[in-house]
Amino acid sequence: MSDDKPVADWTTDFDIFSDEYTENPAPIWKELHSRCPVAHTERGGGLWMSTRYEDVRDLCAKPEVMSNRQVSVVPLREGTDLLADYHTKTLPPVSADPPEHTPLRRLILPFFSPKAVEKYRAFTQSLCNDLIDQFIDRGECDAAVEYAQQITPHVIGHLLGIDTSRSDEFTGHVSRFMEEGVKDPDLRAESMHAMQDYFAELIEQRRGAEGDDYVSQLMQAEVDGKPMSNKLLVNYCVLLLVAGIDTTWSSLGSSLWHFATNPEDRRRLAADPCLFATAIEELLRYYAPVSVGRVAMEDIEVGDRTVRRGERMMLNFPAANRDASAFENADEFVIDRERNRHLSFGVGIHRCVGSNLARMEMDVALRTWFARIPEFELSNADGVTWAAGQIRGARNVPVRFKTGQG
Amino acid sequence: MKVKVDQTKCQGHNRCCLISEELFDIDDYGLAHALNDGVVPKHLEDKAKLAVDNCPEFAISVED
Repeated sequence: MSDDKPVADWTTDFDIFSDEYTENPAPIWKELHSRCPVAHTERGGGLWMSTRYEDVRDLCAKPEVMSNRQVSVVPLREGTDLLADYHTKTLPPVSADPPEHTPLRRLILPFFSPKAVEKYRAFTQSLCNDLIDQFIDRGECDAAVEYAQQITPHVIGHLLGIDTSRSDEFTGHVSRFMEEGVKDPDLRAESMHAMQDYFAELIEQRRGAEGDDYVSQLMQAEVDGKPMSNKLLVNYCVLLLVAGIDTTWSSLGSSLWHFATNPEDRRRLAADPCLFATAIEELLRYYAPVSVGRVAMEDIEVGDRTVRRGERMMLNFPAANRDASAFENADEFVIDRERNRHLSFGVGIHRCVGSNLARMEMDVALRTWFARIPEFELSNADGVTWAAGQIRGARNVPVRFKTGQG
Repeated sequence: MKVKVDQTKCQGHNRCCLISEELFDIDDYGLAHALNDGVVPKHLEDKAKLAVDNCPEFAISVED
Protein backbone atom coordinates (compact mmCIF):
# COMPACT_ATOMS: atom_id res chain seq x y z
CA MET A 1 0.00 0.00 0.00
CA SER A 2 2.88 2.32 0.74
CA ASP A 3 3.45 4.58 -2.24
CA ASP A 4 6.14 6.48 -0.31
CA LYS A 5 3.95 9.57 -0.13
CA PRO A 6 4.20 10.85 3.47
CA VAL A 7 1.03 10.51 5.50
CA ALA A 8 -0.72 13.88 5.55
CA ASP A 9 -3.18 13.04 8.33
CA TRP A 10 -3.48 9.66 10.08
CA THR A 11 -7.25 10.03 10.37
CA THR A 12 -7.84 10.40 6.61
CA ASP A 13 -4.69 9.11 4.92
CA PHE A 14 -3.23 6.34 7.10
CA ASP A 15 -0.59 3.96 5.78
CA ILE A 16 0.26 0.87 7.83
CA PHE A 17 3.15 0.12 5.47
CA SER A 18 4.87 3.46 6.12
CA ASP A 19 8.19 3.65 7.99
CA GLU A 20 6.58 5.76 10.70
CA TYR A 21 3.94 3.11 11.46
CA THR A 22 6.43 0.26 11.17
CA GLU A 23 8.92 1.74 13.59
CA ASN A 24 6.63 3.11 16.28
CA PRO A 25 2.87 2.83 15.83
CA ALA A 26 1.91 3.48 19.49
CA PRO A 27 1.78 7.30 19.24
CA ILE A 28 -0.35 6.94 16.10
CA TRP A 29 -2.79 4.62 17.88
CA LYS A 30 -2.99 7.08 20.78
CA GLU A 31 -3.74 9.96 18.45
CA LEU A 32 -6.42 7.95 16.65
CA HIS A 33 -8.02 6.81 19.93
CA SER A 34 -8.51 10.39 21.05
CA ARG A 35 -9.17 12.12 17.73
CA CYS A 36 -10.69 9.61 15.39
CA PRO A 37 -11.07 5.97 16.40
CA VAL A 38 -12.37 5.01 12.95
CA ALA A 39 -9.83 6.19 10.41
CA HIS A 40 -9.87 6.01 6.62
CA THR A 41 -7.39 6.02 3.78
CA GLU A 42 -7.78 6.22 0.02
CA ARG A 43 -4.52 4.33 -0.46
CA GLY A 44 -4.50 0.84 -1.93
CA GLY A 45 -8.10 0.96 -3.13
CA GLY A 46 -9.53 2.41 0.07
CA LEU A 47 -9.60 1.06 3.62
CA TRP A 48 -11.19 1.85 6.96
CA MET A 49 -9.40 1.13 10.22
CA SER A 50 -11.01 0.53 13.60
CA THR A 51 -8.75 1.08 16.62
CA ARG A 52 -10.99 1.17 19.69
CA TYR A 53 -11.39 -1.91 21.89
CA GLU A 54 -15.20 -1.77 22.04
CA ASP A 55 -15.60 -1.11 18.32
CA VAL A 56 -13.24 -3.93 17.34
CA ARG A 57 -15.05 -6.36 19.65
CA ASP A 58 -18.45 -5.32 18.32
CA LEU A 59 -17.33 -5.73 14.71
CA CYS A 60 -15.91 -9.20 15.42
CA ALA A 61 -19.30 -10.16 16.84
CA LYS A 62 -21.07 -9.36 13.55
CA PRO A 63 -19.69 -11.85 11.01
CA GLU A 64 -22.89 -11.65 8.97
CA VAL A 65 -22.26 -7.95 8.33
CA MET A 66 -18.46 -7.86 8.50
CA SER A 67 -17.42 -10.68 6.17
CA ASN A 68 -14.05 -12.46 6.41
CA ARG A 69 -13.79 -12.84 2.64
CA GLN A 70 -10.75 -10.56 2.48
CA VAL A 71 -8.65 -10.73 5.64
CA SER A 72 -5.61 -9.35 3.88
CA VAL A 73 -5.51 -5.59 3.42
CA VAL A 74 -2.96 -5.56 0.61
CA PRO A 75 -3.67 -3.08 -2.22
CA LEU A 76 -6.61 -4.18 -4.33
CA ARG A 77 -6.29 -4.94 -8.03
CA GLU A 78 -8.38 -2.50 -9.98
CA GLY A 79 -11.88 -3.79 -10.63
CA THR A 80 -11.90 -6.32 -7.76
CA ASP A 81 -15.47 -7.01 -6.69
CA LEU A 82 -15.20 -7.75 -2.98
CA LEU A 83 -18.84 -8.77 -2.82
CA ALA A 84 -18.23 -11.67 -5.23
CA ASP A 85 -18.67 -14.99 -3.44
CA TYR A 86 -15.48 -16.69 -4.63
CA HIS A 87 -13.44 -14.69 -2.12
CA THR A 88 -14.98 -16.74 0.69
CA LYS A 89 -13.53 -19.93 -0.82
CA THR A 90 -9.93 -18.77 -1.02
CA LEU A 91 -8.76 -19.97 2.39
CA PRO A 92 -11.48 -21.56 4.49
CA PRO A 93 -12.24 -21.45 7.33
CA VAL A 94 -10.46 -18.09 7.66
CA SER A 95 -12.05 -16.63 4.52
CA ALA A 96 -15.44 -18.28 5.07
CA ASP A 97 -18.56 -16.80 6.64
CA PRO A 98 -21.31 -18.65 8.49
CA PRO A 99 -22.96 -21.04 7.89
CA GLU A 100 -20.21 -22.58 5.66
CA HIS A 101 -17.60 -21.52 8.19
CA THR A 102 -18.96 -23.54 11.12
CA PRO A 103 -18.23 -27.17 10.05
CA LEU A 104 -14.96 -26.22 8.35
CA ARG A 105 -13.67 -24.69 11.56
CA ARG A 106 -15.09 -27.40 13.81
CA LEU A 107 -13.14 -29.95 11.81
CA ILE A 108 -9.75 -28.60 12.89
CA LEU A 109 -10.51 -27.34 16.41
CA PRO A 110 -9.62 -30.67 18.13
CA PHE A 111 -6.11 -30.60 16.60
CA PHE A 112 -5.34 -27.34 18.39
CA SER A 113 -6.79 -27.86 21.86
CA PRO A 114 -4.36 -27.29 24.74
CA LYS A 115 -4.05 -31.08 25.22
CA ALA A 116 -3.44 -31.66 21.51
CA VAL A 117 -0.64 -29.08 21.27
CA GLU A 118 1.09 -30.47 24.37
CA LYS A 119 2.15 -33.35 22.08
CA TYR A 120 4.54 -30.91 20.38
CA ARG A 121 6.13 -29.51 23.53
CA ALA A 122 8.99 -32.00 23.75
CA PHE A 123 9.91 -31.47 20.08
CA THR A 124 9.79 -27.68 20.52
CA GLN A 125 11.94 -27.87 23.63
CA SER A 126 14.62 -29.91 21.94
CA LEU A 127 14.51 -27.69 18.84
CA CYS A 128 15.01 -24.56 20.99
CA ASN A 129 17.98 -26.12 22.74
CA ASP A 130 19.54 -27.16 19.41
CA LEU A 131 19.15 -23.62 18.08
CA ILE A 132 20.77 -22.10 21.17
CA ASP A 133 23.63 -24.63 20.91
CA GLN A 134 24.47 -23.14 17.53
CA PHE A 135 25.19 -19.62 18.82
CA ILE A 136 25.70 -19.76 22.58
CA ASP A 137 29.49 -20.01 22.39
CA ARG A 138 29.64 -17.00 20.08
CA GLY A 139 28.34 -14.61 22.75
CA GLU A 140 26.08 -12.95 20.20
CA CYS A 141 23.33 -13.75 17.75
CA ASP A 142 20.34 -12.32 15.97
CA ALA A 143 17.63 -13.44 18.39
CA ALA A 144 14.91 -12.94 15.79
CA VAL A 145 16.61 -14.53 12.77
CA GLU A 146 18.54 -17.33 14.46
CA TYR A 147 15.96 -18.20 17.10
CA ALA A 148 12.39 -16.85 16.73
CA GLN A 149 12.24 -17.33 12.96
CA GLN A 150 13.63 -20.87 13.13
CA ILE A 151 11.16 -22.16 15.68
CA THR A 152 7.78 -21.79 13.99
CA PRO A 153 8.60 -23.29 10.55
CA HIS A 154 10.15 -26.32 12.22
CA VAL A 155 7.21 -26.78 14.61
CA ILE A 156 4.73 -26.49 11.73
CA GLY A 157 6.87 -28.89 9.67
CA HIS A 158 6.82 -31.34 12.58
CA LEU A 159 3.04 -30.98 12.93
CA LEU A 160 2.67 -31.77 9.23
CA GLY A 161 4.84 -34.85 9.71
CA ILE A 162 7.52 -33.61 7.33
CA ASP A 163 10.52 -35.88 7.36
CA THR A 164 13.62 -34.19 8.85
CA SER A 165 15.50 -34.93 5.60
CA ARG A 166 13.03 -32.70 3.74
CA SER A 167 12.62 -30.05 6.40
CA ASP A 168 15.17 -27.67 4.81
CA GLU A 169 13.30 -27.87 1.52
CA PHE A 170 10.12 -27.09 3.41
CA THR A 171 11.52 -24.15 5.39
CA GLY A 172 13.03 -22.83 2.11
CA HIS A 173 9.56 -22.64 0.57
CA VAL A 174 8.29 -20.98 3.72
CA SER A 175 10.98 -18.36 3.76
CA ARG A 176 10.52 -17.49 0.07
CA PHE A 177 6.82 -17.10 0.71
CA MET A 178 7.10 -15.18 3.98
CA GLU A 179 10.19 -13.05 3.51
CA GLU A 180 11.22 -12.41 -0.10
CA GLY A 181 7.59 -12.80 -1.21
CA VAL A 182 6.33 -9.88 0.85
CA LYS A 183 7.77 -7.33 -1.55
CA ASP A 184 7.43 -9.42 -4.70
CA PRO A 185 3.87 -10.58 -5.50
CA ASP A 186 5.07 -12.79 -8.38
CA LEU A 187 7.56 -14.64 -6.20
CA ARG A 188 4.89 -14.94 -3.50
CA ALA A 189 2.41 -16.48 -5.95
CA GLU A 190 5.11 -18.76 -7.35
CA SER A 191 6.19 -19.97 -3.91
CA MET A 192 2.52 -20.49 -2.97
CA HIS A 193 2.14 -22.79 -5.99
CA ALA A 194 5.34 -24.61 -5.05
CA MET A 195 3.90 -25.12 -1.57
CA GLN A 196 0.62 -26.43 -2.92
CA ASP A 197 2.47 -28.93 -5.14
CA TYR A 198 4.63 -29.93 -2.21
CA PHE A 199 1.58 -30.58 -0.04
CA ALA A 200 -0.28 -32.43 -2.79
CA GLU A 201 2.74 -34.73 -3.10
CA LEU A 202 2.91 -35.15 0.67
CA ILE A 203 -0.77 -36.14 0.79
CA GLU A 204 -0.35 -38.67 -2.04
CA GLN A 205 2.66 -40.23 -0.33
CA ARG A 206 0.77 -40.55 2.91
CA ARG A 207 -2.34 -42.10 1.43
CA GLY A 208 -2.59 -45.67 2.71
CA ALA A 209 0.27 -45.06 5.11
CA GLU A 210 -1.34 -42.57 7.46
CA GLY A 211 0.43 -41.81 10.72
CA ASP A 212 -0.70 -39.66 13.62
CA ASP A 213 0.41 -36.33 12.14
CA TYR A 214 -1.97 -33.50 11.28
CA VAL A 215 -2.16 -34.32 7.56
CA SER A 216 -2.87 -38.01 8.17
CA GLN A 217 -5.57 -37.17 10.68
CA LEU A 218 -7.21 -34.72 8.30
CA MET A 219 -7.12 -37.37 5.57
CA GLN A 220 -9.22 -39.57 7.80
CA ALA A 221 -11.65 -36.78 8.75
CA GLU A 222 -14.98 -36.13 7.07
CA VAL A 223 -16.94 -33.05 6.09
CA ASP A 224 -20.70 -33.59 5.78
CA GLY A 225 -20.11 -37.35 5.94
CA LYS A 226 -17.64 -37.35 3.04
CA PRO A 227 -13.83 -37.54 3.01
CA MET A 228 -12.16 -34.22 2.32
CA SER A 229 -11.17 -33.41 -1.24
CA ASN A 230 -7.47 -33.13 -2.05
CA LYS A 231 -8.00 -29.45 -2.72
CA LEU A 232 -9.38 -28.86 0.77
CA LEU A 233 -6.60 -30.93 2.33
CA VAL A 234 -3.97 -28.85 0.55
CA ASN A 235 -5.83 -25.74 1.65
CA TYR A 236 -5.67 -26.75 5.32
CA CYS A 237 -1.92 -27.31 5.02
CA VAL A 238 -1.44 -23.91 3.40
CA LEU A 239 -3.49 -22.39 6.19
CA LEU A 240 -0.96 -23.58 8.76
CA LEU A 241 1.72 -21.68 6.88
CA VAL A 242 -0.21 -18.50 6.39
CA ALA A 243 -1.43 -18.40 9.98
CA GLY A 244 1.17 -20.24 12.02
CA ILE A 245 4.57 -18.99 11.00
CA ASP A 246 5.27 -15.27 10.79
CA THR A 247 2.56 -14.53 13.39
CA THR A 248 4.26 -16.38 16.25
CA TRP A 249 7.79 -15.57 15.10
CA SER A 250 6.79 -11.91 15.21
CA SER A 251 5.57 -12.21 18.80
CA LEU A 252 8.72 -14.06 19.77
CA GLY A 253 11.04 -11.61 18.01
CA SER A 254 9.31 -8.68 19.71
CA SER A 255 9.42 -10.48 23.06
CA LEU A 256 13.18 -10.97 22.87
CA TRP A 257 13.58 -7.35 21.74
CA HIS A 258 11.55 -6.29 24.78
CA PHE A 259 13.78 -8.14 27.23
CA ALA A 260 16.95 -7.03 25.45
CA THR A 261 15.90 -3.40 25.88
CA ASN A 262 14.12 -3.59 29.27
CA PRO A 263 16.65 -5.00 31.74
CA GLU A 264 14.35 -4.60 34.73
CA ASP A 265 11.68 -6.85 33.20
CA ARG A 266 14.35 -9.28 32.04
CA ARG A 267 15.83 -9.56 35.54
CA ARG A 268 12.40 -9.99 37.14
CA LEU A 269 11.43 -12.80 34.77
CA ALA A 270 14.80 -14.52 35.08
CA ALA A 271 14.50 -14.42 38.88
CA ASP A 272 10.86 -15.51 39.08
CA PRO A 273 9.66 -18.09 36.52
CA CYS A 274 6.15 -17.87 38.07
CA LEU A 275 5.84 -14.67 36.05
CA PHE A 276 5.94 -16.47 32.68
CA ALA A 277 2.15 -16.90 32.57
CA THR A 278 1.29 -13.21 32.96
CA ALA A 279 4.40 -12.11 31.03
CA ILE A 280 3.33 -14.11 27.95
CA GLU A 281 -0.18 -12.63 27.97
CA GLU A 282 1.31 -9.15 28.37
CA LEU A 283 3.79 -9.75 25.53
CA LEU A 284 0.85 -10.90 23.42
CA ARG A 285 -1.10 -7.74 24.34
CA TYR A 286 1.70 -5.23 24.02
CA TYR A 287 3.28 -6.63 20.85
CA ALA A 288 0.19 -8.12 19.19
CA PRO A 289 1.35 -8.86 15.65
CA VAL A 290 -1.89 -9.32 13.76
CA SER A 291 -4.51 -6.97 12.33
CA VAL A 292 -7.25 -8.44 10.14
CA GLY A 293 -9.42 -7.19 7.30
CA ARG A 294 -13.18 -7.42 6.88
CA VAL A 295 -15.61 -6.48 4.10
CA ALA A 296 -18.91 -4.75 4.95
CA MET A 297 -21.82 -6.69 3.43
CA GLU A 298 -24.22 -3.86 4.27
CA ASP A 299 -23.92 -0.26 5.42
CA ILE A 300 -22.88 -0.17 9.05
CA GLU A 301 -22.38 2.62 11.59
CA VAL A 302 -19.06 2.42 13.42
CA GLY A 303 -18.54 5.23 15.91
CA ASP A 304 -19.69 8.31 14.05
CA ARG A 305 -18.78 6.92 10.63
CA THR A 306 -20.79 4.99 8.07
CA VAL A 307 -18.98 2.14 6.36
CA ARG A 308 -20.69 1.36 3.05
CA ARG A 309 -21.51 -2.06 1.64
CA GLY A 310 -18.50 -3.43 -0.23
CA GLU A 311 -15.92 -1.32 1.63
CA ARG A 312 -12.98 -2.85 3.47
CA MET A 313 -12.11 -2.33 7.10
CA MET A 314 -9.05 -3.33 9.08
CA LEU A 315 -9.62 -4.35 12.69
CA ASN A 316 -6.50 -3.17 14.44
CA PHE A 317 -6.04 -5.62 17.34
CA PRO A 318 -2.68 -4.13 18.40
CA ALA A 319 -4.27 -0.67 18.67
CA ALA A 320 -7.31 -2.02 20.54
CA ASN A 321 -4.90 -3.61 23.04
CA ARG A 322 -3.61 -0.13 23.92
CA ASP A 323 -7.05 1.40 24.43
CA ALA A 324 -7.03 3.21 27.80
CA SER A 325 -10.76 2.60 28.21
CA ALA A 326 -10.16 -1.16 28.33
CA PHE A 327 -6.80 -1.49 30.11
CA GLU A 328 -5.30 0.20 33.17
CA ASN A 329 -2.05 1.91 32.20
CA ALA A 330 -2.61 0.69 28.67
CA ASP A 331 0.65 2.16 27.36
CA GLU A 332 2.76 0.51 30.04
CA PHE A 333 4.20 -2.99 29.80
CA VAL A 334 3.19 -4.60 33.11
CA ILE A 335 4.86 -7.98 33.40
CA ASP A 336 2.55 -9.19 36.19
CA ARG A 337 -0.67 -7.73 34.73
CA GLU A 338 -3.41 -9.96 36.12
CA ARG A 339 -6.42 -8.56 34.25
CA ASN A 340 -5.62 -8.78 30.58
CA ARG A 341 -8.50 -9.29 28.18
CA HIS A 342 -6.34 -8.65 25.12
CA LEU A 343 -7.62 -9.17 21.60
CA SER A 344 -4.38 -10.48 20.09
CA PHE A 345 -5.98 -13.70 18.84
CA GLY A 346 -9.16 -11.92 17.80
CA VAL A 347 -12.56 -12.64 19.33
CA GLY A 348 -15.76 -14.22 18.10
CA ILE A 349 -16.14 -17.08 15.65
CA HIS A 350 -12.78 -16.43 13.95
CA ARG A 351 -10.70 -16.56 17.15
CA CYS A 352 -7.25 -17.81 16.10
CA VAL A 353 -7.51 -21.60 15.98
CA GLY A 354 -3.79 -21.91 16.70
CA SER A 355 -3.75 -19.73 19.82
CA ASN A 356 -2.85 -22.65 22.10
CA LEU A 357 -0.04 -23.71 19.79
CA ALA A 358 1.30 -20.15 19.72
CA ARG A 359 1.16 -19.94 23.53
CA MET A 360 2.95 -23.26 23.88
CA GLU A 361 5.69 -22.15 21.45
CA MET A 362 6.16 -18.83 23.26
CA ASP A 363 6.24 -20.54 26.62
CA VAL A 364 8.85 -23.11 25.58
CA ALA A 365 10.94 -20.68 23.53
CA LEU A 366 11.13 -18.03 26.25
CA ARG A 367 11.65 -20.45 29.15
CA THR A 368 14.42 -22.26 27.27
CA TRP A 369 16.12 -18.99 26.31
CA PHE A 370 15.90 -17.61 29.86
CA ALA A 371 17.19 -20.84 31.37
CA ARG A 372 20.33 -20.67 29.23
CA ILE A 373 20.77 -16.96 28.49
CA PRO A 374 19.22 -15.03 31.37
CA GLU A 375 21.48 -12.03 30.74
CA PHE A 376 21.51 -10.41 27.31
CA GLU A 377 21.27 -6.98 25.74
CA LEU A 378 21.09 -5.36 22.33
CA SER A 379 24.47 -5.36 20.62
CA ASN A 380 23.55 -2.90 17.90
CA ALA A 381 20.44 -0.75 18.24
CA ASP A 382 20.74 0.34 14.59
CA GLY A 383 20.55 -3.28 13.51
CA VAL A 384 17.01 -3.70 14.86
CA THR A 385 14.32 -3.88 12.19
CA TRP A 386 10.54 -4.26 12.34
CA ALA A 387 8.18 -5.80 9.82
CA ALA A 388 5.56 -3.54 8.32
CA GLY A 389 1.89 -4.03 7.75
CA GLN A 390 -0.58 -6.56 9.06
CA ILE A 391 1.87 -8.87 10.84
CA ARG A 392 4.00 -6.58 12.94
CA GLY A 393 7.04 -7.66 14.90
CA ALA A 394 10.80 -7.36 15.34
CA ARG A 395 12.63 -9.01 12.42
CA ASN A 396 16.25 -8.35 13.44
CA VAL A 397 17.28 -8.30 17.08
CA PRO A 398 21.09 -8.41 17.39
CA VAL A 399 22.00 -9.30 20.97
CA ARG A 400 25.15 -10.06 22.93
CA PHE A 401 25.56 -12.06 26.10
CA LYS A 402 28.26 -13.53 28.28
CA THR A 403 29.26 -16.99 27.24
CA GLY A 404 29.18 -19.82 29.76
CA GLN A 405 25.77 -18.89 31.22
CA GLY A 406 24.09 -22.17 30.38
CA MET B 1 -19.64 -18.42 45.13
CA LYS B 2 -20.69 -20.02 41.84
CA VAL B 3 -19.05 -19.56 38.46
CA LYS B 4 -20.74 -20.00 35.10
CA VAL B 5 -19.51 -20.21 31.51
CA ASP B 6 -21.99 -19.03 28.89
CA GLN B 7 -21.59 -21.71 26.21
CA THR B 8 -23.15 -19.47 23.58
CA LYS B 9 -20.35 -16.92 24.08
CA CYS B 10 -17.29 -19.13 24.67
CA GLN B 11 -15.00 -19.33 21.63
CA GLY B 12 -12.34 -21.58 23.09
CA HIS B 13 -9.65 -19.09 24.09
CA ASN B 14 -8.90 -21.32 27.12
CA ARG B 15 -7.78 -18.41 29.24
CA CYS B 16 -9.98 -19.65 32.13
CA CYS B 17 -8.33 -23.10 32.16
CA LEU B 18 -4.90 -21.49 32.16
CA ILE B 19 -5.94 -19.53 35.25
CA SER B 20 -7.56 -22.46 37.08
CA GLU B 21 -7.68 -26.08 36.05
CA GLU B 22 -9.52 -26.72 39.32
CA LEU B 23 -12.49 -24.62 38.22
CA PHE B 24 -12.67 -25.14 34.46
CA ASP B 25 -12.30 -27.82 31.86
CA ILE B 26 -12.72 -27.85 28.09
CA ASP B 27 -14.16 -30.24 25.57
CA ASP B 28 -12.43 -31.52 22.41
CA TYR B 29 -13.46 -28.38 20.57
CA GLY B 30 -11.94 -26.09 23.17
CA LEU B 31 -15.23 -24.97 24.67
CA ALA B 32 -15.05 -24.35 28.40
CA HIS B 33 -17.36 -25.41 31.19
CA ALA B 34 -17.25 -25.00 34.95
CA LEU B 35 -16.35 -28.07 36.99
CA ASN B 36 -18.20 -29.26 40.09
CA ASP B 37 -21.49 -27.58 39.04
CA GLY B 38 -19.74 -24.25 39.22
CA VAL B 39 -19.27 -24.34 42.98
CA VAL B 40 -16.16 -22.31 43.85
CA PRO B 41 -14.25 -23.31 46.99
CA LYS B 42 -13.35 -20.33 49.16
CA HIS B 43 -9.64 -20.53 48.35
CA LEU B 44 -10.33 -20.31 44.59
CA GLU B 45 -12.65 -17.30 44.66
CA ASP B 46 -9.93 -14.91 43.48
CA LYS B 47 -9.12 -17.21 40.60
CA ALA B 48 -12.78 -17.37 39.59
CA LYS B 49 -12.85 -13.57 39.49
CA LEU B 50 -9.64 -13.48 37.48
CA ALA B 51 -11.18 -15.88 34.97
CA VAL B 52 -14.11 -13.46 34.60
CA ASP B 53 -11.75 -10.55 34.03
CA ASN B 54 -9.58 -12.34 31.47
CA CYS B 55 -12.20 -13.91 29.25
CA PRO B 56 -12.02 -12.08 25.91
CA GLU B 57 -15.61 -13.10 25.13
CA PHE B 58 -17.08 -11.91 28.47
CA ALA B 59 -18.51 -15.43 28.73
CA ILE B 60 -17.78 -16.05 32.43
CA SER B 61 -19.75 -14.75 35.39
CA VAL B 62 -19.77 -15.34 39.13
CA GLU B 63 -22.49 -14.96 41.72
CA ASP B 64 -22.32 -15.15 45.50
